[in-house]
Amino acid sequence: MTDLTRMTASELAGLVAAGDASAVEVTQAHLDRIAAVDGRINAFLHVDTDGALAAARAVDERRAAGDGLGPLAGVPVAVKDVLTTRGVPTTVGSRILEGWRPPYDATIVERLRAAGTVMLGKTNMDEFAMGSSTEYSAYGPTRNPWDTDRIPGGSGGGSAAALAAYEAPLSIGSDTGGSIRQPGAVTGTVGAKPTYGGTSRYGLVAFSSSLDTPGPCARTVLDAALLHQVIGGHDPRDSTSIPAPVPDVVAAARLGASGDLTGVKLGVVKEFTGEGAEPGVTAAFREAVDTLTKLGAEIVEVSCPHFRYALPAYYLIAPSECSSNLARFDGVRFGLRVGDDGNRSLEEVMSLTREAGFGPEVKRRIMIGTYALSSGYYDAYYGQAQKVRTLITRDFTAAFTQVDALISPTTPFVAFPLGARTSDPYQMYLADLYTIPTNLYGGPGISVPCGLSEGLPVGLQVMAPTMADDRMYRVAAALESAVGTFTPPAL
Amino acid sequence: MTTTLPAYDDVVARYEPVIGLETHVELGTNTKMFCGCPTDFGGEPNTRVCPVCLGLPGSLPVANKAAIEATIRIGLALNCSIAEWCRFARKNYFYPDMPKNFQISQYDEPLCVDGYLDVEVNGETVRIGIERVHLEEDTGKTLHVGGATGRIHGATESLVDYNRAGIPLVEIVTRPIPGTAALAPEVARAYVTELRDVIRSLGVSDVRMEEGSLRCDVNTSLNRPGEEWGTRTETKNVNSLRSVERAVRSEMLRQASVLDAGGRITQETRHFHEDTGDTTPGRSKETATDYRYFPEPDLVPLAPDVAWVTELKAALPELPRLHRRRLQREWGLSDLDMQSVLNAGAVELIEATVAAGATPAAARKWWLGELSRRANEAGIELADVGATPSQVAELQGLVDAGKLNDKLARVVLEGVVAGEGSPTEIMANRNLEVVSDTGALTAAVDEAIAANPDVADKVRSGKVAAAGALVGAVMKTTRGQADAKTVRELILERLGVKG
Repeated sequence: MTDLTRMTASELAGLVAAGDASAVEVTQAHLDRIAAVDGRINAFLHVDTDGALAAARAVDERRAAGDGLGPLAGVPVAVKDVLTTRGVPTTVGSRILEGWRPPYDATIVERLRAAGTVMLGKTNMDEFAMGSSTEYSAYGPTRNPWDTDRIPGGSGGGSAAALAAYEAPLSIGSDTGGSIRQPGAVTGTVGAKPTYGGTSRYGLVAFSSSLDTPGPCARTVLDAALLHQVIGGHDPRDSTSIPAPVPDVVAAARLGASGDLTGVKLGVVKEFTGEGAEPGVTAAFREAVDTLTKLGAEIVEVSCPHFRYALPAYYLIAPSECSSNLARFDGVRFGLRVGDDGNRSLEEVMSLTREAGFGPEVKRRIMIGTYALSSGYYDAYYGQAQKVRTLITRDFTAAFTQVDALISPTTPFVAFPLGARTSDPYQMYLADLYTIPTNLYGGPGISVPCGLSEGLPVGLQVMAPTMADDRMYRVAAALESAVGTFTPPAL
Repeated sequence: MTTTLPAYDDVVARYEPVIGLETHVELGTNTKMFCGCPTDFGGEPNTRVCPVCLGLPGSLPVANKAAIEATIRIGLALNCSIAEWCRFARKNYFYPDMPKNFQISQYDEPLCVDGYLDVEVNGETVRIGIERVHLEEDTGKTLHVGGATGRIHGATESLVDYNRAGIPLVEIVTRPIPGTAALAPEVARAYVTELRDVIRSLGVSDVRMEEGSLRCDVNTSLNRPGEEWGTRTETKNVNSLRSVERAVRSEMLRQASVLDAGGRITQETRHFHEDTGDTTPGRSKETATDYRYFPEPDLVPLAPDVAWVTELKAALPELPRLHRRRLQREWGLSDLDMQSVLNAGAVELIEATVAAGATPAAARKWWLGELSRRANEAGIELADVGATPSQVAELQGLVDAGKLNDKLARVVLEGVVAGEGSPTEIMANRNLEVVSDTGALTAAVDEAIAANPDVADKVRSGKVAAAGALVGAVMKTTRGQADAKTVRELILERLGVKG
């Protein structure tokens, strides 16, 4: 039999539905692969072997009983450790939540279970999703399967690396400034950030509430679309969830796979080409643009003049919200508690807990955010950043009157060596230069592999108007049909 | 401190008070502000909680529409404008009874603004400006164990009950109220009373101060005539209507003594003590926390539909002031009589008693007489005196039916207040019914005549007034259970005298 771990999610679902492989066999194959390679990758913080096998058995039983199966029944999924999982440890990559077992499932996790997918475990991430390399995880960095001395991107490095290392065919990420798309780009996998409000945040441990967007990661565009369809849609438990059906992303991915983009007008973001990007990234992107042209797309250059202010605005808005969101981690009700020896005051225990429980990047952002929201500084920082956000949104809406979707490289550089950017936060922040505008606007974006630069993957980003997620899937699938998928060297 | 406080009359002769009130009302919605947990009072600690009101990582708030509706109705009843668009905001500070270490509240975009409430004090109408009415979530309750004071200082353990966390709370803030002079304490009390009545009439809260569903902070400052307003203090822990009045008065006296001594008032939070009636300093506002307010990103803006607000306004019930005017007309009371009903806090009690069948006059007589006297003696609110309107109506019914005379009715009422049962039951159990069996009465009358021949002769000779002594004798032998009028008629009949 073919290696089940090399198959796509849609292929695996087909095997299970046809009875050619049991869900237990599929699951066991992935658990075995994790056992064999994850020591070198560290994509997983927790592998839920028993839970996964039980879920797989339930799928097999339902099939045996003749019950209908969902489109992804029996397919394993790895879930970023930012989503709560009932009874299964959820750390958000932080010491402060070490040992915490949530009493409830995130909406997305509920939907994954209801669809019959099999949750393998929880994937590594930068602490509280703050970072672009997964090096800020309190549980050690995840390594890139393309070159284990390099970073897998972040914050969702675990979810992307698990795909590239064939430990899982599907994974869930969350994208606040690029945490799905940038890891996708540097690991040669597909990562989609849905429209803000298109996927539920209920049970997503918040970093920046107005930006956080959970979404699908996969090795193919169609798989990402299938997963998107399962997890997306309105959730009454999330007030910011959009009460509308999920755009038909699966049909769009299938349409795109035909390789015809006739009538589709794409805008290359002028500000995101040329300076700032590595030459190899620019070259691969240019080649992909030529390919898209050959597929029938009309390409124009579009200027989005305010995108250059996106990074500074982001680094005020996201830390401001995080400084408030992370206040609840105080050792009183859950997670780590330090210094509670009966002699210390409550304030001291809270302070010691937070000092010991949070890593350096989280502390940096809490401090920046606390400062930016302080009375007397609010207007100059948080208020000003919100105005920039409005201008960026206007850039997008203006662009979408001219083109159907925007394209750019996903990230300015390919996977960099571990440790290369940890000493200079700004150098790290640049990894998300091209992905952040989409988060500030709230629209959808997808990263699809478009080529290699010196043997390392390069991603192309497609950005679409809000609630037009289907458009980006169509373009991404068309490109994928032309350039194919990318396989890392054997581990 | 043993500083002698100045006399109140003296203080108001030299200083002008400015007061302001911040009132928190817990709404009586079925579920909490941002989750589906029940809100009823009581319950074992931490049993009415879920991931949302415990602030567990990943949880998200969803605003309770019934609470928004209730707040809009309060705003409308207080003559406020309702915002067409507004947002919730986060108020950030660390405290263990606040699960998220921020409170979802409203900051610069409250739901209702710019209203007023007219209150009557000594027959005069005072218009109290309402600055804002906004909606927020309540905190949990912290219990500090092991210390001497019950405060966090010195405690060995702190316990937190999150049942209350997330209960919808409406904050109503007045504009500063100047110009009330010596009446400031009464104006404060009248305002809170009227506000309570308004909110109760809307049916959105049980507004019980003793259960904490109505909580009041009182701001007070003094200035010399012609000078700018003084520095204000905020007095918390004011848990009854009476305390509102006492707290203002006490703070006026304290501030006057500080100012008289050449000192200056510190802007601070003070705590009111029910037992001593004075205030002590709490945390100083000069080191106040920076709450770092910002719009709550987990909630979408509130944009109440104009048509809906219009509908709510049209459906408001008759508000207490108008309601009282109507009652005054129906009961035929003078302004002065109505005022004494109001002062006694008896309007609703009398209204309910009338609804249960008593005449307005009789209902008023019981509540303002015997029952008010008992409430005053016990130092409690009239409503808590132990008799219900339906019991009072029943009692009056027994009097009207001739089964009880006034004296017996008071005895029965005593039993009602003591919780012995309904008036009818008490009358039966204690054997208090008026003796109407004429045979027995005639025997008692004859006995009295026989025992007092001199008196009987006087009556026979036309000194009818002397019959009183015989009536008294009969009443004594019947232990007061006879109707005095009937006894008198019977005596005169037996002595052959026309009454």
